[in-house]
Amino acid sequence: MTTFRFDGAEIPFRRGQSVAAALLAAGVSAVRRTRGADAPRGVFCGIGVCFDCLATIDGAGGVRTCQVIATEGLEVTSAEPAASAPPPSESAALETVADLAIVGGGPAGMAAAAAALEGGLRVVLMDAGAEVGGQYWRFPPAGSDLGRGEDLHHDLATYAGLRERLAEGERAGRLDLRRGTEVWATVRTGQAWRVHLTPTSPRPGVITARWLLVATGAHDLALPFPGWDLPGVMTVGGLQSLLKGSDVLPGQRVVVAGSGPFLLPVAAGLAARGSRVLALCEAGRPGGWARGLPAVVAQPGKVREAAGYAALLARHRVQLRSATVVVRALGAQRLEAVEVARLDRSGRVDRSSAQQIEVDALGVSWGFVPRLDLLTPHRPRMRRGVDGQMVVAVDGWQASSIPGLLVAGETCGVGGAGLALAEGRLAGLGVRAAQGERLDDAQVARLRREVASLRRFADLVQARTVVLHGWLHDQPDDTVLCRCEETRLGAARAVIAQHGDLDPGLLKHHTRAGMGWCQGRICGPATRMLCGTPDRVEERLLATPVRLGDLAARSDMHRSENPAMKEPT
Amino acid sequence: MKVLVIGAGIIGSAIARWAARAGVEVVVLDGAGAASGTTSRGEGNILLSDKAPGLELDLARLSRTLWDDLGEDLGRERFELQDKGGLVVPTSPEATAALDAFATSQRVAGVQARSVEDVHDLEPYLAPDLASGMHYPEDAQVQPVLAAHALLADARAAGARVFLGDPVIGGTLSGPGVRTASGAVHRADAVVNAAGTWGGAVGRLLGAPVPVLPRRGFILVTEPCPPMIRHKVYSADYVANVASSDAGLETSCVVESTPGGTILIGASRERVGFELALRVEVVERLAAQAVRLYPVLAGRQLLRVYRGFRPYCPDHLPVIGPDPRLPWLLHACGHEGAGIGLATGTAALVTAYLTGDDPGLVDAFAGLKPNRLLTEEAS
Repeated sequence: MTTFRFDGAEIPFRRGQSVAAALLAAGVSAVRRTRGADAPRGVFCGIGVCFDCLATIDGAGGVRTCQVIATEGLEVTSAEPAASAPPPSESAALETVADLAIVGGGPAGMAAAAAALEGGLRVVLMDAGAEVGGQYWRFPPAGSDLGRGEDLHHDLATYAGLRERLAEGERAGRLDLRRGTEVWATVRTGQAWRVHLTPTSPRPGVITARWLLVATGAHDLALPFPGWDLPGVMTVGGLQSLLKGSDVLPGQRVVVAGSGPFLLPVAAGLAARGSRVLALCEAGRPGGWARGLPAVVAQPGKVREAAGYAALLARHRVQLRSATVVVRALGAQRLEAVEVARLDRSGRVDRSSAQQIEVDALGVSWGFVPRLDLLTPHRPRMRRGVDGQMVVAVDGWQASSIPGLLVAGETCGVGGAGLALAEGRLAGLGVRAAQGERLDDAQVARLRREVASLRRFADLVQARTVVLHGWLHDQPDDTVLCRCEETRLGAARAVIAQHGDLDPGLLKHHTRAGMGWCQGRICGPATRMLCGTPDRVEERLLATPVRLGDLAARSDMHRSENPAMKEPT
Repeated sequence: MKVLVIGAGIIGSAIARWAARAGVEVVVLDGAGAASGTTSRGEGNILLSDKAPGLELDLARLSRTLWDDLGEDLGRERFELQDKGGLVVPTSPEATAALDAFATSQRVAGVQARSVEDVHDLEPYLAPDLASGMHYPEDAQVQPVLAAHALLADARAAGARVFLGDPVIGGTLSGPGVRTASGAVHRADAVVNAAGTWGGAVGRLLGAPVPVLPRRGFILVTEPCPPMIRHKVYSADYVANVASSDAGLETSCVVESTPGGTILIGASRERVGFELALRVEVVERLAAQAVRLYPVLAGRQLLRVYRGFRPYCPDHLPVIGPDPRLPWLLHACGHEGAGIGLATGTAALVTAYLTGDDPGLVDAFAGLKPNRLLTEEAS
């Protein structure tokens, strides 16, 4: 049995599992405690967005355990790193030139890469995960001991086809596929984009390309409620990442709650693998979906898929509860039970219907938040999605208003894998067209019709996904708003009451909400709701944290100023 | 006496509070939110240490006293006013000599500057090879957004009215007043241009431009760390950079911690207009300089980078006083990177102009009046 150590204890793992998943499988639900309230924290988002699962690994502090594949002998601790800093990673002067740089190896990024490679372009495809496929096709990394969980996936033939074309591209030397790679900044210089990789990426450095496609997908929209910071409460995407990526059941007894079609496949997957899914709570009411019938009929695949989940859930006797929400998570050091309650006709919680269910894991999701961090600093033209969130506006080639900046998938409007595939392909073809290639007009027209049809369907689904505008009103003052800084809802309410017209950018100066590790990525939707500024677009010049020592090592300034780094004379 | 204050940043908020407390009828206008411009983009410096003897240092010393008074009145914790003191650390023998000479001149002007044999007595985590430094116990820090909001709230309590999110688009046809985007017309006896980096544009809209231009700066923010940096610590070349007129990039390290545990690392200076794009070399250089001072920071994660645009005048002094072309218009902008620290003194000075109650103060700072910046063609 292979093991790593966590705070001195030996933790067994199977090759391919993330550190966070192995810890959870070993019964460690809290990876660390918070600086302020000394509250336990564990896996929440599971995909590197929330920074709850931080630990010190081999001396390096602030590492997301959900993003690190476990290896033999790792030293993982919940303690602060020692004062002596670990040496900076390998110097990162490596420059790579390509025609198209793609950030995000999900369906959109893969399809774009495949289309561009067909036209003879040089492509760099980057993904933070250990394997391409995004959240939709999420597999353990190559060479792992884990099952591939093919029964948990859809459209595997499409995936296999795309993988084959990417492999051809690699063999031809025109695709540079970078797994486990994160981008901390993108800068436009003249006609080119410079994509800066984090120094901890396997091959750090800078990618220079004429075209940049940002296909970074989305993460779950989570809204505060009492107890949502307890270990064991996760996003639905977090549950899925543990199951698909690390073959770990997040709990024996699970409740999945929130709204939207994403709840179904995850609940079905958990049930298929042996979790007892004690309830699937959908805030919406039955019948809501049927109103979108014409568009649904145009997407028969979606109907079949949903019917499949429904049959699976019925087989495992999973209770589907509509107009029902989780109002509280209960437990001392970790989740022990949830309280569910019905919503009345006006969408308010009917407290008299409250009922407790004992669980080990809860997944929550109210839809998706597009990951725009690499886009908003360039100030592209935005549009309001049907769910009220701002996304990047694109033209018929998936081009944003910024020259050379392309967008596909959830970053230009939440719409799921099918739409992302079509948009990605269109983006790849668009680069070929811009490079002067004559494309088959009929093929492009077909693809655009497909995008339009899938977009209509996605918009209908999103419109049916319940967004509870009154949700925050029902939450008590001591509810945690910002998980990182442990700002309470009451504190934010008091500041807003005193100063009135504050936007989230100014609220954070008073309450620190959004100033912590995740930089407001998780609490952002809630703070925007509180401030009444739903269409505010957050700008983060740094898309992901970078160690100061690693940045310093890249600076010439440092070499000339610091005698210790001079060449020996 | 009724005054319109254009700008609800730290300068406009302080002026509104001082003037309202002095019995002036105050209306504050801002095109965006309160403290949403450069005020929210700085470290909150209240510094004497970086200023050479002269009018700016005089204003800084006045302001320093008034910040303490304000802390007494409103509660220091309300805007995180901290007497943390500054520590200037030379990283070369030439810088040591220059710093000693600079501190000597400052002492003559009344600044407390204590020579420190071993900087590690004050800052144990500084790089081991650093030795002597200069301690400025009067340097302080404030959370600028909280300060501006507290000042504005106090101004409101004293009767000031505040209109946000409605930009000024021009003057009125005759007499003191402005028109705003919403169609409103505000009239008063005097108008104060406290629009900071946008002060040049506001002056132009009213027919009396002043040469205030943006000087961009990036600030780096780390993860929350355990307490390890107690003072505002900066390398000695910071002083030279603040006073420099070089258009290119200058970086000089300022490192300090905040009550939230994060560590702020500044400061770069570039004249690139209102260019928003991130410059990676700037981030890398600031990181290198910070790690040079504090090797312990090498293992810490950078979480955020933000930028702001300091309002600067060609001679690096703020422009405070009535405009000779439009005597009802007072400028109070162009404080460059020192606006937070200088806000209280500026407010007292502007209030003295408005009420006529303190001719001595007005005389003492006559050298900051706009006249000095107005060339033949500009006036």
